[in-house]
Amino acid sequence: MTCAPVPYRVVRARTETADTVSLTVAPAGPSGLPPFAPGQFAMVHAFGAGEIPLSTSCIDGPELTHTVRAVGAVSAALCRLRTGDRVGMRGPFGTGWEVDRAVGGDLLVVAGGIGLAPLLPVVDAARAAPHAYGRLNLLVGARAPADLLHAHRLCTWATSPGPPHCLVTVDRPAPGWRGRVGVVTSLLNGARFDPGNTTAFVCGPEVMIRALARDLVHRGLPPHRVRVSLERTMHCGTGHCGHCQLGGVLLCRDGPVTGWDRAAPLLSVREL
Amino acid sequence: MTGSRTTAVLDRDGLDALVGTLRALGRTVVGPTVRDGAVVLAELSSADELPFGWGTRVEAGRYRLEPRADGAAFAHTTGPHSWKAFLHPQRERLWSADRTADGGLSYTEEDAPQPSYAFLGVRACDLRAIAIQDRVLTGGRYEDRGYRERRTGAFLVAAECTEPGGTCFCASMGSGPAAEAGFDLALTELLDADGHRFVVRTGSDAGEDVLARLPHRAADPRADTAAARDAVAGARERMGRAMPPVDLQALMGASLEAERWDDVAARCLTCGNCTMVCPTCFCTTTEEVTDLTGDHAERWQRWDSCFDLDFTHLPGGPVRASARSRYRQWLTHKLSTWYEQFGSSGCVGCGRCITWCPVAIDITEEAAALHDELADRLRRQERTEQER
Repeated sequence: MTCAPVPYRVVRARTETADTVSLTVAPAGPSGLPPFAPGQFAMVHAFGAGEIPLSTSCIDGPELTHTVRAVGAVSAALCRLRTGDRVGMRGPFGTGWEVDRAVGGDLLVVAGGIGLAPLLPVVDAARAAPHAYGRLNLLVGARAPADLLHAHRLCTWATSPGPPHCLVTVDRPAPGWRGRVGVVTSLLNGARFDPGNTTAFVCGPEVMIRALARDLVHRGLPPHRVRVSLERTMHCGTGHCGHCQLGGVLLCRDGPVTGWDRAAPLLSVREL
Repeated sequence: MTGSRTTAVLDRDGLDALVGTLRALGRTVVGPTVRDGAVVLAELSSADELPFGWGTRVEAGRYRLEPRADGAAFAHTTGPHSWKAFLHPQRERLWSADRTADGGLSYTEEDAPQPSYAFLGVRACDLRAIAIQDRVLTGGRYEDRGYRERRTGAFLVAAECTEPGGTCFCASMGSGPAAEAGFDLALTELLDADGHRFVVRTGSDAGEDVLARLPHRAADPRADTAAARDAVAGARERMGRAMPPVDLQALMGASLEAERWDDVAARCLTCGNCTMVCPTCFCTTTEEVTDLTGDHAERWQRWDSCFDLDFTHLPGGPVRASARSRYRQWLTHKLSTWYEQFGSSGCVGCGRCITWCPVAIDITEEAAALHDELADRLRRQERTEQER
């Protein structure tokens, strides 16, 4: 038995792509949940549909933004919500990116697909304290140009000197696309970082995380400075339902963000 | 709870009084009883419902009741039920949500009063299992409030094993057959020239208090206390099975790519029986239930099994699609990764998963086969290195 959700009100619902919506929610009553750190997640309840774990793509005081792709019954229900609708929220759960521990070094933020969402608060945190960090790189990959999330922000960043130094690539170009085509790892050569003094923040499909983390370690980043956010089924957020196990790691408790030093041996075993 | 303090002897009337006293104290007394051809755990209204005169014969994939001439009440082995059905029930409502008139939502946490249980006849392996579930569900940053309420209010009467079963291996897991801690009262049933009686030790103030209300006599150090100790020591020697005496945590960690998983996967039906009967398996899933008005929704939790294909459902499909990976998850979790997650093994040696497996898969045999395979592999590696 866990604490019941806290009601939140949808303040804005912005369509990102054909199947993805950014929902900004604020406490419906006088009090909300404790503050979220970038990388932590909430269990978000869509009335009558169910509850799913969602990380935050923007943290603005008590207002939280979740970028949701409609892939199942609950996420589809959340994507249908309009301004003024209500959701239930529990959290914050799990480990965060711990951006503070990267102070003094270069930052490499690497996102694949919807993986950009939980990384945007890292970019926001680094941009809010430009003197605390070295160079800020944002490498983004998507399936196709139409799947790029927060396209207007990416467009602005990619065409300006930054920070962030932003590079974007797609797997499949579309008519009119004049950017790069290829996997996100191909962007590493264009990134500006000193491998001996860099922290990487990586989120995306597992196959991308594996390829990218191995490449970064090969380039000289210590594995523990490659921070990855992993995904497994979750029903509770409190370490009790057992679904999010990845070997000895309970991802809702010991993750979702973990160092590559811990993740590498687990992600190298098929179907673990 | 502290160590045992008083040792006394109850006769059959004392046992009757124990059930009656616990019920009079407002407790729901749950204990073993014969039903549907098995010794199951159910609410007892009197000690008469205990399985007097019934024993059990168990083997891998086999469970039979057998009448006993001696009239023993606790000569049976663990059955298909465990105490988790009461402390961590199969289905439980977590919270409710209601649409309010102004278009809002209100959430109500489940706070129905929890039953005040007395468990009669808890085996040493099951005492360990309860302690393990305590750590899983209440030992971390978040606690399962319903579990904690049921658990802290429960009165535990242990029954030490004097007749181990063919699938028992608690001695090799260090969890039995003697009840050492975590009980309010611990019984040891004796049937000898001095009669049918129960040596009782107290393990808590609550246990002392209950004992004081029962007709009992002081235990004779030799005829009672030593005889009880001997009976339990004898059970230790007659365990039907044993885990290989190796570091199981390290063995599983080194066996993730073992060929044995294919062998066991060819037999395993992935039915999940082992997870249902296991006294420590705690995994749950959740369900959203709505009523016909559409204005009321409830969140329910129910037992789940890592053998279910949906257990690892992600948008791209299940993570553990093969039977091999699902059996490996269950065994490595139980014997190895449980240490990382909750600081102990998840296996107590009760043997239920062996008994109730429809195809007689034996956790001790699988562990031994994995150990043999690893030893083989290490020998071959060593030979290859020497040849270099």
